[in-house]
Formats: sequence, structure tokens, C-alpha cells
Amino acid sequence: ASAQFQLAVPVAVVFAPGSVPGDLPRPLPFRDVQEMEISVNLRTSITSRYETVYRSTTAQEETALDAATAREADAALRPLQDASLGSVTVYVVPETSSLLPQGVSIYVGKHRSALVRAGGGLAALRTRIRQLTQVMSFTASSIATALSDRVPDGQLSPDARRHLKSSLGYEITFSLLNPDPKSHTVDWDIEDAVNRYVQPVLDKLSLVANFSVDSQILYYAVLGVTPRFDKESSSFLLSAHSLPHVINPVEARLGSSAASLYPVLNFLLYVPERSHSPLYIQDKDGTPVSTNAFHSPRWGGIMIYNVEAPASPQASLPLHVDVDMVRVMEVFLAQLRLLFGLSREELPAEFLLESPGNEGLADWELDRLLWAHTVENIATVSTTLTSLAQLLDKIGNIVIKDDVASEVYRAVASAQSAMAKLAMGHLHSAFQASKEAVTSSERAFFDPSLLHLLYFPDDQKFAIYIPLFLPMAVPILLSLAKIVREARQRKKEPTKMD
Amino acid sequence: GGMLATALLLLLLLAAGPGRARRDALWEELLLSPLPSGDVAATFQFRTRWDADLQWGAVSHYRLFPKALGQLVAALGVRELHLALTQGFWRTQTWGQPPLQAPAGAELWVWFQPTVTDIDKAWKELSNVLSGIFCASLNFIDSTNTVTPTASFKPLGLANGTDHHLLRYAVLPREVVCTENLTPWKKLLPCGSKAGLAVLLKAERLFHSSYHSQAVHIRPVCRDPSCLAVSWELRQTLTVVFDTFSSGQGKKDWSLFKMFSRTLTDACPLASQSKLYVDISPNNKEKELLEVTPPPASVHEAIVQGDKRTYAVYDLLSPSLFNTSRSLNVQLKWKRPQDSSELPMPMLHAQRYVSGYGLQTGEISTLIYNTHVYRAFPVILLETVPWYLRLYVHTLTIITKGKENKPSYIHYQPAQDRRRPHLLEMLIQLPANSVTKITIQFERALLKWTEYPPDPNHGFYVSSSVLSALVPSVIAMKDVDAEQSPLFTSLFPSSDGSSYFVRLYTEPLLVNLPTPDFSMPYNVICLTCTVVAVCYGSFYNLLTRTFHVEEPSRGGLAKRLANIIRKFRGVPPL
Repeated sequence: ASAQFQLAVPVAVVFAPGSVPGDLPRPLPFRDVQEMEISVNLRTSITSRYETVYRSTTAQEETALDAATAREADAALRPLQDASLGSVTVYVVPETSSLLPQGVSIYVGKHRSALVRAGGGLAALRTRIRQLTQVMSFTASSIATALSDRVPDGQLSPDARRHLKSSLGYEITFSLLNPDPKSHTVDWDIEDAVNRYVQPVLDKLSLVANFSVDSQILYYAVLGVTPRFDKESSSFLLSAHSLPHVINPVEARLGSSAASLYPVLNFLLYVPERSHSPLYIQDKDGTPVSTNAFHSPRWGGIMIYNVEAPASPQASLPLHVDVDMVRVMEVFLAQLRLLFGLSREELPAEFLLESPGNEGLADWELDRLLWAHTVENIATVSTTLTSLAQLLDKIGNIVIKDDVASEVYRAVASAQSAMAKLAMGHLHSAFQASKEAVTSSERAFFDPSLLHLLYFPDDQKFAIYIPLFLPMAVPILLSLAKIVREARQRKKEPTKMD
Repeated sequence: GGMLATALLLLLLLAAGPGRARRDALWEELLLSPLPSGDVAATFQFRTRWDADLQWGAVSHYRLFPKALGQLVAALGVRELHLALTQGFWRTQTWGQPPLQAPAGAELWVWFQPTVTDIDKAWKELSNVLSGIFCASLNFIDSTNTVTPTASFKPLGLANGTDHHLLRYAVLPREVVCTENLTPWKKLLPCGSKAGLAVLLKAERLFHSSYHSQAVHIRPVCRDPSCLAVSWELRQTLTVVFDTFSSGQGKKDWSLFKMFSRTLTDACPLASQSKLYVDISPNNKEKELLEVTPPPASVHEAIVQGDKRTYAVYDLLSPSLFNTSRSLNVQLKWKRPQDSSELPMPMLHAQRYVSGYGLQTGEISTLIYNTHVYRAFPVILLETVPWYLRLYVHTLTIITKGKENKPSYIHYQPAQDRRRPHLLEMLIQLPANSVTKITIQFERALLKWTEYPPDPNHGFYVSSSVLSALVPSVIAMKDVDAEQSPLFTSLFPSSDGSSYFVRLYTEPLLVNLPTPDFSMPYNVICLTCTVVAVCYGSFYNLLTRTFHVEEPSRGGLAKRLANIIRKFRGVPPL
């Protein structure tokens, strides 16, 4: 399936007084469009259009930019800017502005705006702005990750496989594994921790998908690997190469969700047995991992939570353990961001990213996710419909019911509208349309009437008529053989005559 | 003053609520009872109670209650769920009344919340999800084997209405229960099979038995006697009957190790109660015939199913139990050979069979025995017959002691072909010391050729009929505290002290239906094709063969043979 995407990013570049570069081609305000080509594979290419409006600040914006720190300015500017999803507003401040700390020339706020220090000519500014808009919307690699099914294997970074596939919903399950309930009574206040730390992030992400959160405690669930005892530190160690074997036995206990078909994200907190604690994870170099946690791509994460040994060895068992949820949730939230592809990339030192705070997610990070998911959804729809078409090609007498057909039409229409909206820069409606397209295409593809086993394959029909074909073929083949023999003889005969 | 005190109390309660206090608890029990026939029945019960309201999906943080089942209850609006998977048939006549009965195969009955709008859809979804959880073929439950009984199945838990439209009941008598069903069942236990009584649940022993039945019961119960709040209760029960008589060289002695090839070493650390009961009731008021070792710490007397029972109790949580030896291997020895000829007759038992000859019509007969010497009692009979056996209701006869017995309540829902089964429910009065025979004739329907299951000549199962009765008890029962008494007495509430509830299942029936020869179409194709091919071959030969006069050649085999013989005879060759 070939696909030509056009992604339009509305960018507004706002010049504060004293920051306008001297070599502007036209007086402010003016528009300009820059295009960039990202090619994923031979048949899929992506054109990104940066539709930029250059203007000078309004009076309100000027007062907002007069704030003492970048963070305050960011908060003050928020109500003044275009709040639609996917848009980027860049405020250019004078080179001497004290708003940005020393050495920092680009500040990305919590919302959809950034502050850029003026300096150099328009060309230098443009490179900076392009770099910035890519950080805040999408880069070639983030799009390639979203289309990872279409990218040839070698070209993809290992990180790309980590991200969760786009889906209409996700289930997040926190499991506390207590393999040794005789020695440890472990309590965790997961309800409070979820409400306090996870829910704000999910509220923000609710635009992307539906989320449901639950938790369970599993007893006698052990890891699949026996850790190695290290005499020096008198602790137990799990080496990085044994981690792949850890999950399988645990996975059998986790159980699948009964109520929905969404992919499940598992976060496990493992309290090692008394006979195996303390337990530490070692990375490839042999140094202990500071978080004592690891994640498994597209599956979830595991954190090992060691219980402090009691002061006296005679302490009565079971030991009561109250899990420090702040420490645990910090790790799990970081893993959650990682799994959604929200990890912050390595950026040049001149960039300063505002921490998203309690919400766990900046507005522009949400936009990044939406860009990637929209593209991925459209690609998925195209793949699904292509395989449906292939199935129809293979089995000619398959019956497409009217409702399946209408789902297919709806999927195509929604996908087209999603692409059109992307080209116009309406990210939110594009994402909604792409979601609808995925729903319709999946519904069509998984319709029970399209089960290919329901249809009699042609080779079996042929097999049934073998008793007819075989005896009928015998005289034909015999006479063919006879003709060949006679033809050969006739060829030989003239030579004999000589 | 009163107001203030109440407020203070409330505050205290609130403070204590979300803190350290556990809101769920687990009790585990094992009952070993020697059966009159010499076999031994072992009944496990794992009861999880959770002081939370599972409905509306408000709760999503699970501890002892399994998440898979909790989500199911919340998502599908289940008020009460009873699932039993059974291999074998409980022989009431020789084994006596079972603690908990289930029909052969899979049985599922569910009460839904009144808020569920499309019960049939929820029921379908539920059976599909359960079939996934328990690896059973429950997904074969559809409208052709689902019924809505009106009287036989009442909610066992807290219910403020018994609108039977919210009930669905289905039995799959063909279901074979095996290890793959046991493993997920064990996985639902908080301790798995790693500790506590569940270590005895070793599949190779459990299925090497005469009867195996595992069940899951979920129901809402009162949180406290005032019953202002609801708790949810999950009971996982497993009953298994070991044939110790034939495997023990003619002796009826048994031990835990002999039966399960394991012994008990500890209690599940999560359980608030972990007890092993051995039924040591003397059989006929003589002195005790059996001897259990190690000697039990305490003996519990209870009235179970109208009979006085004595139990030896081993409390696995008491530290003294494992003081002397590291493991507990309860053994039972009979002091002298027991007379097996005098089996105590169960008060109520039943039998069912199919009769008739040929493949057109037949008759289902059910015999219900009331062996009580002087008390008559009513029984509700539920028959579910698949649509392909067309019942003739006018042939329904109920005869007791040679006279017609008119049922005081009949609910009959005729079958619809390929849509729903027959449902027949009757309330029949059983006179004292009587046999009641119920017969009904049926005609076998012809199925479409795609409707036959694989191996159609095996026959078609008709699920067990269900008898529900309040049987008068021999000994007056006290109204005991349900929490205190061991096992099962608390699942079926007894209405008053003079009778107890019994549910019995009869044998499932196996009926042959007229079965076509399925290879016939292919045979016809083969035969026709051969004939066509032969005709075609000769016709083709006739058309393509060229005829010409055969020139004398060196001759064939016959000629050469003839020449050799001629040579011997000295005659010139041909």
C-alpha cells in the first residue's frame, strides 16, 4: 500500500520588540511555507509543511514577556496563543533578554510555545525554529517509528520497537508480586498513588486513547531466573542478559483482562523473597542499575523493591512492609512515558525543556504523540484494507455483506478525511478521523463472515472431483503418449529408408 | 449527646477504614468424609470475602479476590455466578447426600443485575469470557441450551428481588473436565497451589478418581448482621471421590498421602482460617469404629443435612500442630471390618433413563424416591430437553403408588427448533416412603447434515434433570451461625430448623438420533465419476482409435511359446 502523507504544522513566529532580524525579506507580518520531505520507504513518503506566520508581538504579549523568568512568561503567554492541537508558537526575544538563563537560547514551555533568543540573521533563526518545531511536533525518526511496520528492518533504531502500537484504548495494570508472603506482608496504597500520580497523566492522555487502571497483588509469583549471589556486596544480582527470562513465569499469573480487548501495560513491583534479598539488577557493564527496574518493550516494566533487613535477626515474621509509592511511581511513570515514546530525546545544550510538572506531560508532547498516532493509524487502516483486498483476491466467492461494505467505505472516507485534515494542519480532527477509520477497518476485517475457513478452498473442490478427472485423464494421456511415440517413429523411418 | 457520639464513632470508623484494616479475608477448609460405600470424599472449600462493592466498576484494586473474576462481575452486571465443572456422576444411592452437587459436565447459572438491559448479550459474553478463563467449552452455550427456570434456582446471596427474567441457566453435559480446567481454577486461589490446603491439589491424583467436581460461586452477602452494606464472596470448591477400596487391597484405610501423594506442611499464610475436618461420625449409634491419627486437637459436632455429624478438626494455623512433626498426614483406620451391606438410604434420590426402541420415538422416565418413613415433602423437578427431542406433553404421566399424582405447579416452555430447548418445571408432592415415576414421550427430530457433531453415532446428551427439595430433617436443627459452622451449610440457607435444602441431579441421558451416512455424498460422487469416466474412456477410444489390418509380425508371446513347443516336437515352426 502506498501512502503519501502531507503534514502541515501551523507555526507562529512572534518577534518581541528589539528582536527583529535585520534581513527580513518583507515587512512584518508575512507568511511563508517551508516543505521538507521524509521518505520512509519506496512507496511511503511524508511531506511536512511548516506554514509559518511571522508577526510582531501584541501589547498583551509584550507584558507577558516582561515576566521575570521563562516559566512565568510561559504561564502568562498561554491564554494569548493559538491553543489548537498541533500548533506551535515561537516567541523571539532580544539577544540580551534576561528571560532565558545564561547559555540557553531555546526554552520550550509546558504548553505549545517556546522562547527563542534572537541572534544571527534570519537564516540562523530559521534553522533554530525548524529544529524547535521538529522537537515540538515530529521528526523524521518519530514518524519512522510510527510507521515501523513499513520501514526496512535494518534502518530502525532499537528504540523504535519499544513504543506501543496505537490503539483506541489501553489497560494499565499494576501488580505487586510477593513471592514470599510468609516472610513479608507487603502493603501498598495503590489507590492513592494512582489518583495522585497516574491519573493526571492519563487525564491528559485521554485525548489519545481510553485508559483503565487496575491493580492486583499476586502471591507466590516468582521470577523465572535464580539470581546470582555476590559475596562482595552480600547481595543477589540479576544480570542484564537474564532479564528476558524473568517475565515468562510471571506473565502466566498476571491473567488477561476479561472485560476488554485493549492492549495491556503491565507494571510489576517485585518484592524479592527473604532468601534472595537484597536483589539488584546489573546492566551490561556489571554496574547495578540505580532504579533497580527495567522495562520490556510493548509490554511494561518491572521494578524490584528490596525490603530492608530487620535490625535484629530474631524479628518476628512476617515482616510488615509499607511500599514507598513515590519512589515506585516515579519509576513506573518514567517507564510509561518511555512506552508511549514520550521520552525526551538528547538535545543540544542550548535547549531548555520545562518539566511538565504534576501533569506528567507537556501539551506539545501530547501533540507529538498525536502526530505519530495519526500517521500510524492511517498506515494501519491502509494495511488492514490491503490485506482484506488480498483475501478477497484469494477467495473469489467470499461474500461481502452490506454492513461490511459500508464499514470499508467508512474506513476509506475517514482515512481520506484524516489525510486531508493533516494536510490542512488540523491535528485534532485528523486524529479523530483516523481513529474512526481504524475502528471501521478493524470491524470490517474481523467480521465473522469473512473467516476464510468458512469458504471451501478450490484445491479441495478439485480433490473431490479427482475420481472423475483421473480416469478421464488416463485415455487422454495414453493417446498423447501414443502420438509422441508415432511421431518419433515417423522421424526415424526416413533415415531407415536411406 | 447521642448525635455527637455517633459522629465520633463515624469519624473513628472513617479513620480506621482505609488504613491497616484488611478488607478481604480468605478461609480454607478441607472436609474428608468416608462414604458409606467405602470410598472417601474430599471436599475443598476456599472462601474469599471482600468488603467492597464490586458493581459499577468502582473498584479496581484487587488483593485476595482474583482480578479476572472481579472485572467480569463489574463489567457484565453479574449479581450471582455459579459455575461447576464435573467429571463423573455422584452416586447418591451409595455415597449419600453430597455436600455440594453438580451435574456431569459443565453447569453455569447466573443472576444478572436488574440494570442489565440486554441479558442475552451479557450472558453470551459472560460464557465466552468464562470459557477463556477456565479453558472450558462454555462458548458452546447459546440459546439452544439456555433456559430461564422459574422456580428451581433462587439467588443464594443477597437479593432484593427474584425476578427470574434475570436468571440464565445452562448445562453442557458433553463437557469433559480435565487438568486444563483445574490449572486456571487453582490460579485463582491467592496462594495458588504453593501453600496451604491447595498443595494437595495434584492433578494426576485428582483425576485418578471416581468423581471430580470443581466449582466457582460468586455472590453478594451481608457485610455484618445489620446488613447495611454488601460484601462479595467467592467460593471455590472442589469435591473429589477416591476409590480407596479397590486401590487399597480391599482395605478401607486411607491417609492423606495415599490419596493425594502429598501431605500438609503449612497453612496458606494469607488465610484467616485453615482447617481440616474429618468426618468420624459413628454410623449406627455403636461405638466408634474408626481411628484417626494423629489425634485431633478438637472435635466439632454439627447437624449437617439433617444428620448429626462429628468431625475431627485440625487447625493448620495453630502452632502446636506442626510442633511434633513437620507435616500432617491424617490417617484413618477401621477398627474392625465394616458391614457394607447396610447402606444408609438417602432420604431423597432419583434415577432417570430413556426407553423405547427404534429411531423414531422414545420415552424419558424419571424415578424419584422418598425414603422418609412418615413425612411427605414436595420437590421441584426441572427438565431441560434439547429441541431435537420433541416432547409430547400430553403423554406426561406422574404416578405414585399406582395412582396419578397431580403436580401443584407446572411451567412448560415448548422448544423452538434451533432456537431454544424444552423447559419443564413441576412441583410434585412426594408421599412418605414412595416411588414417583414420571414419564414423557418424545419424537426424534431429523437434523440438517451440518448440525451433527463430530462422531454423531456416539449419541446426543440430554442434560441432567434437577431436583430441588426441602427435605425434612431427622434431628431438629438449631439456627447456627453461618460463619461458624464448617462447610457448605452456609451456601444454601435453611428456611427453618425442621428441614434442609437438597439439590439433586440425575444422570445425563445419551440418546441416539437418526444419523445419515455422512460418506454418502462422496460415495455418490465417486461412483458417478467412475461411471462417467468409463463411458468417456470408451467413447474417446472409439473416436480416436484408428483401425488397420495387422501385419503378421514376429509374433507375440503365444506364438513364440508355440514355436518352442513345436521345436521340441520336431515340427516346423509357424
